[in-house]
Amino acid sequence: MAGMSKADIGKLLARQGILIAFAVFIIGFTLANERFLSPDNIMGVVRSSAILGVMALGVTFVVISGNLDLSVGSMMSFSTIVVLDLHDKIGPGLAIPAMFAMTLCLGAFIGFLVGYLKLNSLIVTLGMLSAIHGLTLTYSGGKNMDIADKEGTWFAVFGQGTALGIPVPILVFLLLAAFLGIILTKTPFGRKVYAVGGNATAATFSGIRRPRVVFLCYLMSAACVAVAGLLQASRSMGSQNTVGQGMELDVLAAVILGGASLLGGSGTIFKTVIGVLILGFIQNGLLLVGLQFYVQFVVTWVIIILAVWIDIAAKRGKLWSNIA
Amino acid sequence: MRAGNLSTLLKSGAIWGFIIAELIFFSVAGEFLSLSDKAFMDVDNMLLLLKQSAPIGIIAVGMTIVMINGNIDLSVGAIFALSAVILLDSMTWPIFASLGNWVIPVSWALALLTGVVLGAINGVIVWKTGVDAFIVTLGAMLGFRGLVFMFNGENPTSHLNWALVDFAEAQFLGLHTATWFLLLVTGVLWYVMRHTVHGRNAYAIGDNREAAVNAGIRVGPHILINFMIIGFLAALSAVVFYSESGSVNPNDGQLYELWVITAVVLGGTKLTGGAGSILSTLGGVLAIQLLRKGLGHIGADTETVNLVIGLILIAVLLLDRQLNIKGKEALKT
Amino acid sequence: MTDQTPALRLEGIIKTFPGVRALDGVSFAVMPGEVHALMGENGAGKSTLMKVLGGIHQPDAGQIIVGQVPTKMTSPLQAKSKGIVFIHQELSLADELSVAENIYLGALPKRALGRVDWPTLYAQTDAILQKLKVGFDARTRVGDLSIANQQMVEIARALTVDAKAVIFDEPTASLTDAEKVVLFDVIADLKTRGVGIIYISHRMEEIFKITDRISVLRDGQYRGTLETANTNEAEVTQLMIGRALDLTRAARQHEFGEMALEVRGLSCGKLFQDVSFTLQRGEVLGFYGLVGAGRTEIAETLFGLRDPSGGKIFLDGVETKISSPADAISKGISLVPEDRKAQGLVLGMNCKDNMTLPQVSDLKAGPFVAEGAEIAIFDQYRDRLDIRTPGWKQLVGNLSGGNQQKIVIGKWLSMHPNVLIVDEPTRGIDVGSKSEIHNLIRSLAAQGYAIIVISSEMPEVLHVSDRIVAMYAGRVMRTFTCDEVTEDNLIQAISGISIEIGT
Repeated sequence: MAGMSKADIGKLLARQGILIAFAVFIIGFTLANERFLSPDNIMGVVRSSAILGVMALGVTFVVISGNLDLSVGSMMSFSTIVVLDLHDKIGPGLAIPAMFAMTLCLGAFIGFLVGYLKLNSLIVTLGMLSAIHGLTLTYSGGKNMDIADKEGTWFAVFGQGTALGIPVPILVFLLLAAFLGIILTKTPFGRKVYAVGGNATAATFSGIRRPRVVFLCYLMSAACVAVAGLLQASRSMGSQNTVGQGMELDVLAAVILGGASLLGGSGTIFKTVIGVLILGFIQNGLLLVGLQFYVQFVVTWVIIILAVWIDIAAKRGKLWSNIA
Repeated sequence: MRAGNLSTLLKSGAIWGFIIAELIFFSVAGEFLSLSDKAFMDVDNMLLLLKQSAPIGIIAVGMTIVMINGNIDLSVGAIFALSAVILLDSMTWPIFASLGNWVIPVSWALALLTGVVLGAINGVIVWKTGVDAFIVTLGAMLGFRGLVFMFNGENPTSHLNWALVDFAEAQFLGLHTATWFLLLVTGVLWYVMRHTVHGRNAYAIGDNREAAVNAGIRVGPHILINFMIIGFLAALSAVVFYSESGSVNPNDGQLYELWVITAVVLGGTKLTGGAGSILSTLGGVLAIQLLRKGLGHIGADTETVNLVIGLILIAVLLLDRQLNIKGKEALKT
Repeated sequence: MTDQTPALRLEGIIKTFPGVRALDGVSFAVMPGEVHALMGENGAGKSTLMKVLGGIHQPDAGQIIVGQVPTKMTSPLQAKSKGIVFIHQELSLADELSVAENIYLGALPKRALGRVDWPTLYAQTDAILQKLKVGFDARTRVGDLSIANQQMVEIARALTVDAKAVIFDEPTASLTDAEKVVLFDVIADLKTRGVGIIYISHRMEEIFKITDRISVLRDGQYRGTLETANTNEAEVTQLMIGRALDLTRAARQHEFGEMALEVRGLSCGKLFQDVSFTLQRGEVLGFYGLVGAGRTEIAETLFGLRDPSGGKIFLDGVETKISSPADAISKGISLVPEDRKAQGLVLGMNCKDNMTLPQVSDLKAGPFVAEGAEIAIFDQYRDRLDIRTPGWKQLVGNLSGGNQQKIVIGKWLSMHPNVLIVDEPTRGIDVGSKSEIHNLIRSLAAQGYAIIVISSEMPEVLHVSDRIVAMYAGRVMRTFTCDEVTEDNLIQAISGISIEIGT
């Protein structure tokens, strides 16, 4: 019998639905403000999405393995503050590895709790969000961090430089995406991440060491956060200690928008990149249309819910839940 | 089956034992380390403890019900803040100008209504879309907070009504107003969970949803009502707190959900649902407040307090895992 | 005088799902006060029929008649209100609530303002519990009861409505003999009340003990009803599978090799104690026993999923400790687990990835996975095991049960294990694939593999094993050679009866 059943059409719509909705948005925004599709604006959006995007890459691993990471926002604040502070104390050459080491320690701790102690990742990373925020406050003494001599250092190259005409943050984002994408799709580790997220029991019964895989995913997330912190610090050469606050939800929204299931076992780096861009353009569009900054929060809320709803509706074949 | 017995026993008894241990520890340690002259277990101090437990405590009671039902609500902090904003701001609205002090109950009603409506939004979304409560409320945590900021930007919203402040600061029969609200809420909802069909059904739904559905229990309305309850309580908590303080910052209440969940889990409610008790939650709230107070009493700073509480949360989560092995020895997965 | 009106009648029930006609005009009737067995292989349509009766599925055609009234079953709750009660395999109880609250789940007696009427609730519950002569109290937390008692609570629920028909689905799977006796007494009691009982089970012994009639389904069709007193197992089996079951044991054509595995005095807490056995290359060692006898737990211990509390394990004569599945695999032990969907496969991944999962770290080209090598492995075992799938990219979740099981078996065969443990090799698999897998196991033994087969199906374990370890309540009762084992002494052994050779 030719043609697709209703369920098939539903699934197709769901998968492409996000792209269709996005296309509608683009048209809408462009009509509202012609600046929207100007090369300058596009470049600006991509560049400012890069930092969020780098974080989203790491979180993709965590989500595919079946967990969450709500600590990335405050962890990024931590990284930014630490590298700025150490820059003036021990010079950029040492500050950067030191910051990476410290951030990775935080990630390792979380990975230990969720991977080896098997604690609930939502609660643990929510708690760490608070703990790391406290840590950042203590470290910075509550003050903002600024690099004293902004001209006399090469540190700015990460956040402000360009290479081959492309701003470095975008380059870093794309290269990291390519690198991590290859790891996820082509290496044994990547295969194991999908297995652990898809069916942790079956993965264990196949000899995969689930605790180690989960642990490493959190390390990757922390490493990406460290890169994001570096880009951010280098871009503004000074920062408040709440710079990353709230980013965890944007990151989650981007990952979900890209189609990764929060139950684990599915998603790809490429889809996350798309999700990051979609989110970036929507937020930008809202601003250009003249809406207040905080409207973004409300829009992100709606996006998260709609995206997850569409995903599960497609899986069960029905739009509405069958809760009586 | 033995594990169930042990865990219930441990959990219901443990939290009170823990509180007693804290009281003893801080009283003794306070003798040596405290900066002030007063003893830790001073009557005024303890009364203050109860009062300070009210904001988190009132919400925690609601969270217990939601978690027993098998859900969770991460947006309580944002509901708290938005209700506070409505409370204080509405007292300055021109339409109420002629009411004089009668604007107070009206503003209270509006604030509580805000909580109920926000809770209902969460409840309806969880019910009708089937999206898991933690995602729905995670998004709401952001969305509702956005509404708070949209109100007045980053500025605080304030209004002082001295009649209200006097009421809020008063003490009846030795207990503060806030404490009375806490006790009232605890009492009413303990009764609801223990002695009403709605409460017993909540346990059933959280414990074995399929069995509940097959028995004809309608899960959707229960979810909706419980979210409305916690929305109401988050608003009530704001009303109780801000009646006295008179000024709310848009960032207020941030991470309240974390403290509330910590207290609820510490009190023995299972993260997976189907088990828990309002009284034990009260114990959990008091235990945490006591910890905060006690550590402050012996000179620890806020960061140390947060660290200790964080460690306790981890310990409780571990214990929760260990004691929830249903009878059979588990596999080493 | 028997009442001539059936308690429950199904007429011409047709139910199709996309591509499959699950029920093809099924008709059968249950008389009041009779115990009527419903038998059929997995996939015959029993559970679909029950779901139609229970209001979970709507039939495409046909009628359900309760007493003399044609009735539409629209939901489990409504079915119950019409007097149709199910006692499922998975008990639907809320552990945290009391017995009384569970029995009256969704129907708690109320006072004003939604308050529970406790006195009425306990009074009504006590009355019911008395009828069943149970030993526990209405206020007991259900989670604290034994499984047998929990089943009693489910049955008690049936007595809260005016039940016309009660359907039991494999009720004795987790019961001890003493508990079974209590259950059968309760069923007898229901009989005297004129309740029609449908008894779904695979256990011939029970069927012949307590039922009055036996109806058989095969491939969605009703095949006939037999009077229990006038028939025998062979006749029933004939109806079920359309051919006589070949119970002859495969003649052993090869010699055994060296000792691959020896276990001495192995214990794991309460799960099993003092288990000893040997396994040689070329040998198939069957483990037979009831659910809970400890067989799967032994397999899990050998595979590193459990730590033994005592005893020793020798692999190829060398004493070993197995600390994790990864460790077991590196020592040449493979486990095809009991539940292929929950433990054996990642349903969202494709066939090739599932098959190469345990060795994915070793199939490398530089830092990357060598996909060519993976595909080669898949092709090899697809041919060898005759796995029906459009290609290696097919998601494993889309395959039939039999093919899924073959993927799991292929996955572990490709590891070339020293010891292969297969737990319930043909559970939930159609008859054709079943015998394929049995032949496969025998041929692997002939090639020199050392194999342990755990099974709950007597014909299977008799057919496939060279020796059989009979277990009961965590202990090895006896290890039989294929010459000395009979169905009788095997059943007795796993039921806890110690026997001597020759009895």
